[in-house]
This record gives sequence, structure tokens and C-alpha cells, in this order.
Amino acid sequence: MSEQTGDRHPMIDARDVHKWYGHFHALRGIDMTVEKGEVIVIFGPSGSGKSTFIRTINRLEEHQRGQIFVDGIELTHDIRNIEKIRMETGMVFQQFNLFPHLTVLQNIALAPLHVRKWKKSKAEEIARQLLERVGIPEQALKYPGQLSGGQQQRVAIARALAMQPKIMLFDEPTSALDPEMIKEVLDVMIELARSGITMLVVTHEMGFARAVARRMFFFDEGLIVESGTPDEIFKEPKEDRTKLFLSQVLSH
Amino acid sequence: MGTNITPLANPLPPPTERYSLLGWMHKNLFSSWYNTLLTIITLGLIYAILKPMLNWFLIQADWEVIQVNIRLLMVGQYPQEQIWRIWLCLYLLAAIAGLSWGVWVRGRWFAGLVLLAVPVLISLFPAFSNVSRQQPLILDLIALTSFGIGWVRGKPMRRVAVTLWLLYFPLVILIVRGLAFAEIWMPIVSSSLWGGLLLTFLLTIAGISFSFPLGVMLALGRRSSLPAIRWVSITYIEVIRGVPLVTILFMASVMVPLFLSSGTPPDRVLRAMLGITLFTSAYMAENVRGGLQAIPHGQYEAAQALGLSGFQTMFYIILPQALRLVIPVLLGLFIALFKDTSLVATIGLLELLGISRSILAQPQYVSFQKEVFIFISLIYWVVCYFMSYGSQRLEKSLGVGER
Repeated sequence: MSEQTGDRHPMIDARDVHKWYGHFHALRGIDMTVEKGEVIVIFGPSGSGKSTFIRTINRLEEHQRGQIFVDGIELTHDIRNIEKIRMETGMVFQQFNLFPHLTVLQNIALAPLHVRKWKKSKAEEIARQLLERVGIPEQALKYPGQLSGGQQQRVAIARALAMQPKIMLFDEPTSALDPEMIKEVLDVMIELARSGITMLVVTHEMGFARAVARRMFFFDEGLIVESGTPDEIFKEPKEDRTKLFLSQVLSH
Repeated sequence: MGTNITPLANPLPPPTERYSLLGWMHKNLFSSWYNTLLTIITLGLIYAILKPMLNWFLIQADWEVIQVNIRLLMVGQYPQEQIWRIWLCLYLLAAIAGLSWGVWVRGRWFAGLVLLAVPVLISLFPAFSNVSRQQPLILDLIALTSFGIGWVRGKPMRRVAVTLWLLYFPLVILIVRGLAFAEIWMPIVSSSLWGGLLLTFLLTIAGISFSFPLGVMLALGRRSSLPAIRWVSITYIEVIRGVPLVTILFMASVMVPLFLSSGTPPDRVLRAMLGITLFTSAYMAENVRGGLQAIPHGQYEAAQALGLSGFQTMFYIILPQALRLVIPVLLGLFIALFKDTSLVATIGLLELLGISRSILAQPQYVSFQKEVFIFISLIYWVVCYFMSYGSQRLEKSLGVGER
């Protein structure tokens, strides 16, 4: 095993990551190091590459230059590495992407059952515990289509947690929600952030960032324009583009 | 009604519309002068068409030809002393159908009664006077018993019912063909003796059971990222879809023996089954592909992000959703397949149409064309109607289009 052990290696280590869509240069050299237990918020205008970047971390998008290490394992074309990394990272999507033909309980128990090869009873036990944790144990036997958006997103979080990942990736988790449902999802995410799991969150919810983010990264045009603690970013942003964007986001 | 009543606490009932029969007729048939005129013209037309039809059907038609040849029409030259095996298949069918009825459809008493009435009605039809009168009662008893079991046990029996349906088709073929190791009990009946409705059903069953998996594999192959698999699938689908079924059947019956010059060629029924399967699977593949394309990309991403392999993603996430979407189309395809089996008459097999033509070729029955063709059309219609009705129930119970 070439894997390093202990706390010597960062949880995520991205070095000079590039990505093109055809001729469009979507990521133009991203460097980011995330330590175990850190909560990172990534924000920026649409098309800035923030979603693309967190999707390269579990290989939903393939980076074309540079290196990405997740928990010491390098992401390459080697399918075994990709599988290992996907088992360690959970992802929550903007559009929830729950499996509509399965019940809530089945949605959550599916991956533990077939990827981790747990017994059905154990997988369902874990699934029920997670539903309890996200606050909707009574919805276990319903189908996703019967739930509200906020409840669906909480199921999606439980589904990602069921694989007991070391890293959670959130790709604009509240952008598709009605305003009155955003809080219930953010509450779950805040509880999660305080539990010590490593989190990368693409979001414009600045209240969330202020409450739990360790560091924030401002993306624009495929580059990291500015990074720092929430205090630094909100109180004294250095770059004009950051100031402008923050004034637009915070004004309403 | 005060305005300060909270609507949630005291909702108004929706307005109800009730009509007497006369009121209904007035509203729908005689609401204005041109509506009245249309109603009268339509009634006249119906009378003009129906009267001669009924007159012919009940008075002029001579159903003797059907009565004499009913066994040929139903089972071809299947040996008389082995007919019990066909009945066995029907008993099994009644049992499984009754069970499914109890598990899925449940409350539909009227439809259930209609279904139970079918065997009795069939036995009352003069042409079936040779058929034992007890058989319909036995069929109904079996169906009712298993309906009761399905009704009482409910949901847990779903898996049993699905398994039984899957086992049923291969089992039927085994029972009809016979078992080599049980020579005394169930001797092999050569496929050259299979005929009539029996053969029509067997061809359909074989077509459905083999073209379904083949079609799904071709659909997946067509979307594969491996060029070799993709091109083989595309070529197969496009070539087969560009050729009429009759040609494929002729190829199967004439060409296959040429290629397999050594040894005896596989028997003719098997070759017809092969042709039908190859043909249907290409259409099946295109329908399934339609379902696959309707699944949003987010479903693949969610499955991948959870660490599911490509095969697991397909098997647990994509295919169940895609197939549920295309159930109506697939059942339409199966109905078409059932009717298309009549084309094997052109390669000399004696299924329902083939045996009818050979009966009509006998000098004493030449003048009975109308009776024979109307009779077999009725059979086709009844079977297709039940398949169609069953597919609608299946859609409802699976909630197609609802989630």
C-alpha cells in the first residue's frame, strides 16, 4: 500500500486542477488542501467552476491536468481507486436525485446493501437511525415523490451518510428548495458540520458559512480568486470581485 | 355562510351532479336539434349494420364446421390421450391468474365475475359441445381458490405470483413437449403434431420469453461505451427492423437447414420460434432504449456517487425505472406478436390460421370460409382484449405515470 497513514496527509489535496468542456476552459488551475474535519464553503457566480470542481473530487467529472488526492489515494483512470474514493465520499445534489422507484428506506439502504455488502437487517437498521438523525423517521416507507422538497433533500443527505463517508460533498443543496424549506436542510447540515465530518459545500447561504465554515473559497472564471476564514471574507475581502459578489448576495 | 369560517376547518363539499336516465339522455343525446339529428342518424346506421350481422350470425351461419373440427382448431393433431396435459396447463394458468387477481386487482368484483364467466360462456358456445362440461367449472374453482389465497395473504404473495408467472412459460413448453425421463407418464409429443390455438400460444410464449432478455441486452448494447458492442447492436437492430417478418420466417425455415448441412436440421417449430424471437427482439430493443433515454442523468450520477458499479447502477436503478416506463409499449408489442404468429402459416405450420386453411381446403368445408374466419378472428380478439385489459391493470397497479 502506497497509502500514507495517520493524520500526515490532508483529506483532499488538489494540485493545479484543469478541466475543459470542448474549448471552454472551466477549471484553470485549482489548488486546494482540506484537512480532516474541516468545513469548506465554496461560492461564486454561476459558471465559475465551483460545481465542476467538487464533482471532480468523486470523479463525476474527470480532470484533465493536475492531481487530486482524496485521503491519500490519487484519482486516476484506475477504476479501483475511483471505487475506493467513491466509498469514502458522499454527495448531495441540487436536484436531490433520489431513486423514485424505491421507498425512502430502500433509497438509504441500497448502497450499504450492495456496495458494502451488509446484511439487509443491518443496512435497514442504519437507514432508520439516519432518518431519525435528519428528523423524518416517520417517512421511511413512503416514496420520494410523496415528500416535500426539504424532506427529499434530508433523505438525500441520509442516503449519502449511509455509506459512512469521511467526506461529504454538497452541490448547491438548497438552491432548488422553496424558501420555507431551506432552514430544515441547513439545520441538518449544521448538525453534521459540528459532528466533525469533512465537508465541502457549494452554496450561497452565507448564514450557513458564517455559522460553521472553517474556510471559504471564492471562485470566478475557473480560478480561486480569494480564500480565507469567514471573518476575513465577510469583514475585509481583499479582491474587488469578491466585494462586488458579496454585496450582491448579501443585499437581499 | 359567514366569511369568517376558516376554510380548512369546514370545507365545502364539491357540487354533485346527478341525472336520471332521461336527464342523461336529454343532456347527451338530445340537447339541440342537430344533436338530436346526429343521434337518430347514428342509431339508424347501427341498426343497418347490426341487423344483417346478427341475422347471419344467429340464423344463416352453420357452425357445424367448427363443431366437427374444434379439436383441430384448438390443439391441432395433439394426441387425444395426452390432451390432459393441455388442461393441466390451463389449470395452472387459472391458478396463477386467480392469485394475481387476489393480490393486485382485489376489489374489482365485476371484472372478476366477468373473467370467471368466460370459461362457462365458452363451453356454452355450440362449437364446444364436444368439450367436457366439467372443465370450465374446475377452472373456475381453481381460480376462485387461488384468488382467495391471494386475497387473504395479500402483499407477501406478490413475489410468489411474479415468480410463478416467470416459471409458467418454460413449464408450459415442458409439459406440452413432454419429459424424456418420464416416458410413460409424459411421453414426448413431436412438435409436428402441435397445432391450432395451442401452437399460436406456444409461439407467442417463446417469442415473449426469449425476445425480452435479448431485447434488453440489445438496448443496453446500443448505448454501450464500447464501440464493438455498440456497432454490433446497431447493425442487428437496423437490419432486422428493415426486413419483413415473413422474410425472416422463410430464411429461418429454408436457410438454417442449408447452413447446418451436417446432421438433422432443428425442427420446424423451433425454427419459427427462432425467427419470431430474432424479429421481436429488435423492436423490443428500440422500445427499451426509449425508456432508458427517459431516465434523467442525475440518476446515474447519484448511483455512481454512492459507489455502485456500472452493472449495479443498471440493474437496481436504471432498468427498473426504464422498464416500468415502457410497460404499455411492451405489452402492445406482445399483442402484435400474438397476431403476427399467424404468419407462420406461410411456412407451412398449422397454427390457428394454418389449420383453418387446411380445414377449408377439404372439399366438404370449402363453402364455410365465413364461419371459420369469423370464429378464429373472435378468438384472436378475445385473447388480445384480455392482454390489453391486463396491461391497463398492470399499469395502474405499478403507478406508471404517477411517480
